[in-house]
Amino acid sequence: MRDDLLELLWEGLRQTLYMLVWSSVFAIVLGLFLGITLVVTEKGGVLEARVVNRIVSLAINSVRSLPFIILIVLLLPFARWVVGTSLGPTAAIVSLSIGAAPFLGRIVESALKEVAVGKIEAAKSFGASPFAIIFRVLLPEALPALVRSLTIAVIAIAELTAVAGAIGAGGLGSLAIRFGYQRFREDIMFATVIVIILLVQAIQWTGDSIAKSIDRRRHRTE
Amino acid sequence: MISIRGLSKAYATPSGKLQALDGLNLTVEKGDIIGIIGFSGAGKSTLVRCINRLEEPDKGSIAIGDTVLTGLKESQLRQARRKIGMVFQQFNLFEGKTVFHNVAFPLKVAGCDKATIRKRVCEVLELVQLGDKEKAYPSQLSGGQKQRVGIARALVNEPDVLLCDEATSALDPQTTYSILELLRDINRKLELTVVLITHELDVLQHACNNVAVIEQGKIVETGSVDKFFLYPESDTARRFVHIVEHYRKKRFAVEGVGAGI
Repeated sequence: MRDDLLELLWEGLRQTLYMLVWSSVFAIVLGLFLGITLVVTEKGGVLEARVVNRIVSLAINSVRSLPFIILIVLLLPFARWVVGTSLGPTAAIVSLSIGAAPFLGRIVESALKEVAVGKIEAAKSFGASPFAIIFRVLLPEALPALVRSLTIAVIAIAELTAVAGAIGAGGLGSLAIRFGYQRFREDIMFATVIVIILLVQAIQWTGDSIAKSIDRRRHRTE
Repeated sequence: MISIRGLSKAYATPSGKLQALDGLNLTVEKGDIIGIIGFSGAGKSTLVRCINRLEEPDKGSIAIGDTVLTGLKESQLRQARRKIGMVFQQFNLFEGKTVFHNVAFPLKVAGCDKATIRKRVCEVLELVQLGDKEKAYPSQLSGGQKQRVGIARALVNEPDVLLCDEATSALDPQTTYSILELLRDINRKLELTVVLITHELDVLQHACNNVAVIEQGKIVETGSVDKFFLYPESDTARRFVHIVEHYRKKRFAVEGVGAGI
């Protein structure tokens, strides 16, 4: 172990967290929007619009078909346009958000579809508007499932930050490649892996605790 | 109060078109508790779901009081639905909300203020004898309690009509009885018109004044509950009453002349 190790690790972790937090926020917002759109516009949905549904679905599938590393390259000009650069963690956030959003859209869609049709019908029968059904029934009823799904998604985004790191985004992934692999620094490789494992555990644990506490509140026995 | 004329609804199924309702006519008087009875597939659920247009009818008209529901636009329909309460077989309570917030839901989406909501919700929870459960979540309640919450939620907007789609079919006989008592009680207190969809004779006997028999998407017989049991006319009514009749005869055979009817 050499004395630059901690400094490098800290810098890598800081960049990874920066990318992870912001990409997750943007991807979750986009993903919720896509997922809700898919569910409400499908046949029998509260805002049925099958053409919209098909277009959104097609767009999601198209983006998901591309390997992430190719998507980053494709999005470089867009990242430059949005944040003024195509290098570094900030540029990676653009690609990460757009790359992960379609996956989040599908995950949100499947969580929302678990809400029993009967509850939505009940809400309709009391004169609730589509807007009220989405925000007062669909999302709150799916909340534990949503939290669990989003946890999976945030971990997937953490993996993608490492991929982005390989082509110049910085962070732990980049550290492992540049120092651990290319400069044979086994200590850095090893330490990076440990930090990534801890990071993923922390995300999973946080997601599980939130979902569990919601479930416990809803199903507590007196 | 409720006037249904020439109501038709067909579904496309893999094995062809299914005519669920076929030019159905029905009139329900204000303050009545009417039981709509029929076998599975007779169209009774489709009928009740057409009344508040959860299902969109193909043809025909439905009027409640002076409001012709079949002519309303989405936004008007939402207003009209606030005066039609509905109770479901599977309760359809919101599991993420407490009893209080379940019952408050129709008022919230109608834009009522907090004080009104609190007052109304507490009133109806008292009415269904769940005044002490407002903070509980549905998963902590028994089936009968869940349905009481369902009824409270359907009543909180002070509707003119209460639609019950097999409201007691998921409950045991004892609980069924107490829910039917409650419905009768509400009908008297609030002068509410109640439509009960059922396939159980118990429901007719304990809760209803009148019966309409549905068969292949048409009402084939209407009249008082007594008439239904004593002089069943339609095929469906006879088949239902036949079971009762069978046991009455059996008892007659066992106990001889003088056995009670």
